[in-house]
Amino acid sequence: MLNCRQATRLISQSMDGKLPWHRRLGMRIHLLYCVWCRRYAAQLKFLRTAAKELSPEASSSPSPKLSDQAKQQLRERLRDAVRNPPP
Amino acid sequence: MMDVHNRPAQVPVEATAPDAPPAAQRRLDPERWVEQYGDVLFAFVAARVRDQAIAQDLVQATFLAALKASEGYAGRSSERSWLFGILRNKLVDHYRLQSREVTVAGLESSLPEEEGAFCERGPGKDGWVMKLAPTAWETPETSLVSKEFQDVLKSCLSGLPDKVAQVFLHREVDDVPSEEICKDLGVSPNNLWVMLHRARMGLRRCLEVHWFGHKRDKK
Repeated sequence: MLNCRQATRLISQSMDGKLPWHRRLGMRIHLLYCVWCRRYAAQLKFLRTAAKELSPEASSSPSPKLSDQAKQQLRERLRDAVRNPPP
Repeated sequence: MMDVHNRPAQVPVEATAPDAPPAAQRRLDPERWVEQYGDVLFAFVAARVRDQAIAQDLVQATFLAALKASEGYAGRSSERSWLFGILRNKLVDHYRLQSREVTVAGLESSLPEEEGAFCERGPGKDGWVMKLAPTAWETPETSLVSKEFQDVLKSCLSGLPDKVAQVFLHREVDDVPSEEICKDLGVSPNNLWVMLHRARMGLRRCLEVHWFGHKRDKK
């Protein structure tokens, strides 16, 4: 019989690929009687949905920005590359 | 408008293919890229590499590569997604250069994110410690897109170790299948599942405390 430590690991693994049948079965049986791991599974699904909704930056607010100096350097570098395109 | 192509004088591009997009559309303006896309590209990378100098380098490498590849930009996708595509490739190149994971917790040992969550001994060994077992979350649909929720999730992400966060973002946000992540980030399949497990366990716990408001008792 699986314990919760094992079950949570399997729940995570099941989100990325198909578990071997005996592990899948063991996980499902555990979920039948363990409300906490059932919640865990549901919450990981929630987390997956939430992550997909993240704006592309996915960084903590406020988003890091390029400094004015960095932007100036970038513009110069680009201007340089346009004037002198590599062979 | 800057002419970034060295077109041979005898082949005016405008005179070819009648259904080609107008020349003004096809000509890109790299100087504008910095203002228009610099910050958003930088934020994307900075969330993943954590080192601002490296993030800047990757943005620069992206613009330079875009400049070189501008001949091939036919205007099929938006300029923004085209640039993001180049950035993603640069990012994967960078991941491959990162030092490989040397030691990862095996199946038997406890992970930092599991700490305290499961009973160490006694009849309830390896079951949830009741104080830390998942509580019922109330999740109204609107919460996912609220700025407050996004801020909390992003904050939780920043609490993860660098590579663990990278792996999670690559899997869940970039939607890359596991086998490819192993290649991209130079991790073994075993390392990968451990890192994803750590990320999920850590984020779930963080959200439970900081969003759903279930405070954890001190051990």
